[in-house]
Amino acid sequence: MTSLITPQSTKTREYAAFGSPLWKRVLLTREFAVIALLLIVVFYSRSEVPNFDGPLTVTYLFLDIAPLLLIALPMTLIIITGEIDLSVASVVGLSSVLVGVLHDGGMSLPLAALIAIVAGIVCGTVNGFLVAYVGLPSLAVTIGTLALYRGLAVGLLGTKAVTDFPEKWTDLATDKIGASSVPLVVIPFLILAVLFALLLHFTSFGRGVYDIGLNAEAAGFAGVNVARTKLTLFALAGAVSAFAGVYYTLRYGSSRGDNANGLELQVIAAVLLGGVSIFGGRGALHGVIAGVLLIGVISSAMRLDGVTANVINIIIGLLLVLSVVSTSFLAWVSELRQKSGVRKRGQETT
Amino acid sequence: MTDTLIAPSTKSPLERALSTVLKSRETAIALVLLAVIAAATLKNESFLFSSNSWRDLLLTPSILVLLAVGQAVVIITRNVDLSVGSTLAMSAYLTGRLFVDNPGIPIIVVFAAGIACGALLGLINGLLVAFGKVPALVITLGTLYIYRGVVLSWAGSNRINASDMPQDFLALGTRSILSIPVLTLIAVFVLAVVGYYMRTARGGREMYAIGSDPDAAELYGLKVTRRVTSAFVLCGALAGLAGVLFAARYGTVSSGAGTGIELQAVGAVVIGGVAIFGGSGTVWGAAIGAMLLVTINRALPILGIPDFWQRAVVGALIIGAIVLDRVFSARQSRKLIEARDQE
Repeated sequence: MTSLITPQSTKTREYAAFGSPLWKRVLLTREFAVIALLLIVVFYSRSEVPNFDGPLTVTYLFLDIAPLLLIALPMTLIIITGEIDLSVASVVGLSSVLVGVLHDGGMSLPLAALIAIVAGIVCGTVNGFLVAYVGLPSLAVTIGTLALYRGLAVGLLGTKAVTDFPEKWTDLATDKIGASSVPLVVIPFLILAVLFALLLHFTSFGRGVYDIGLNAEAAGFAGVNVARTKLTLFALAGAVSAFAGVYYTLRYGSSRGDNANGLELQVIAAVLLGGVSIFGGRGALHGVIAGVLLIGVISSAMRLDGVTANVINIIIGLLLVLSVVSTSFLAWVSELRQKSGVRKRGQETT
Repeated sequence: MTDTLIAPSTKSPLERALSTVLKSRETAIALVLLAVIAAATLKNESFLFSSNSWRDLLLTPSILVLLAVGQAVVIITRNVDLSVGSTLAMSAYLTGRLFVDNPGIPIIVVFAAGIACGALLGLINGLLVAFGKVPALVITLGTLYIYRGVVLSWAGSNRINASDMPQDFLALGTRSILSIPVLTLIAVFVLAVVGYYMRTARGGREMYAIGSDPDAAELYGLKVTRRVTSAFVLCGALAGLAGVLFAARYGTVSSGAGTGIELQAVGAVVIGGVAIFGGSGTVWGAAIGAMLLVTINRALPILGIPDFWQRAVVGALIIGAIVLDRVFSARQSRKLIEARDQE
């Protein structure tokens, strides 16, 4: 009886570890496109825009976009899961008002800031509970909480503005690291960025975030605790937004009910620009950070060049529209190529 | 086989019609609206019974009603239009500019120009969403920035003042016919036309189908891109009309006009019973929702709640409305599953 186990006489097919070569996997990504665009804009501004080279530019750039940088981190994770959080700017405003009101009432600033951050966590948890456990669509919920939290902020303070903060703390918000021109606020941002990157790319929680974005039901069956993940993400967004609110108050030295009005749209624009898909399931933090920096550099270069703020808004809007239309266009092109490839292969077999 | 699902109703047509109306979401929010008005009037009679208050009660919401009707049509098709505030500003500024640069221009031409301007902006949105296959949230976010930026560049720091516009036009903003303000009549007329279209015309029913299940609509052969584009054109045109009415009502138009009104419009639509995922709800509900929002804003100070808490109340209402919707729909689906499992 012939042995059932015959030695392999035919050569086995070798499969590569990845589908495409390394250079393609790095260079042909959305993230690289944004980073390249950022570098182009920076180099162009250094030569063409007057005063762009000065030390103050970098300082003001980071001071202005610090809230965007901070909030973009959890927002990226939320959008990767396919949800959205429009209430972040209202949490910034609410936290700013809480810091002002509590400090005005005699509380020490660090304690007021801590309470504001706890309030931010509560706000985020409410969002997360309604989205993850009650099952409401995040767009509708966060439109409601955007109004609710902003309303609480305005209601607590009215038309007043609290402006007398001790110099020790307002200086902390605007001081720079040592002798460089980079402001101190970059340190907490870098710590948070590293933490979020570790969370997203090196933990099973982060793996779950991508899975939920691709197919929430399948992720649930695969063992991802979808509701708890979403709740955690919204709570994180609330915490980071509250921290950004504390920074915002100290940086501008003023606590007002309408602080950071409209910030949520800038954050979402920056995140989408950075290569995160609005459908969820794909995106990375380095693209988002490049996206925020791109918006910051363009705004700052145009301002130095004397261009008015509205043109800057038009440019940001156009960038946003072009970036998503181009993604959709590329997807259509690749679909066409796939279909024609299938047709060609079909013709070969006949 | 006694299915409770497919047995014909034993009630008379009148009973059925009555029960549909009474159990509907629209009736519920209309009752809430009446309750708010009643509470405010009890506190302060002049809320309803002074000479201007009746007019103001009907006049102030008319702009938001137009925006809410357009937004409802877009949301029913499972999209959203965040750029209506910027479209309103563009149309309002265009109105003012037309009057300033062309004195003696007929008012009807200005109306047509405003509506056309809004329709064009809506067309851009619609084409990008329908043909670009990009989510409407992102596109209209971008066009919100772009249109607002264009208005800011065009207007600069100029503002159109009431003195720049002809008296007859401004009179439209305050005149009443048979004690109903002209602007409200326009809004109600638009509401009736769009409501009838959505309920009875094929285009309207197809929009509900597209919102309910876009893939099934595509497979069924409905012209999805055409319907979605026309939904956005309608929304833009109504925002354009709202801009003209804005100029007539307020007289002053600055480049910041209408900022933030898009979220109020979406809130009004959600409160009015239109599901954010599309496929259900009516424009009537959206209109009543808009009236409710504006009336609450006006009633709060009278009820003793300081002005500043309005937004919080509005936010709480929106959340309450969607939670209630969810609770009811969960209960309904459970009942249907029970009925199905009983066989």
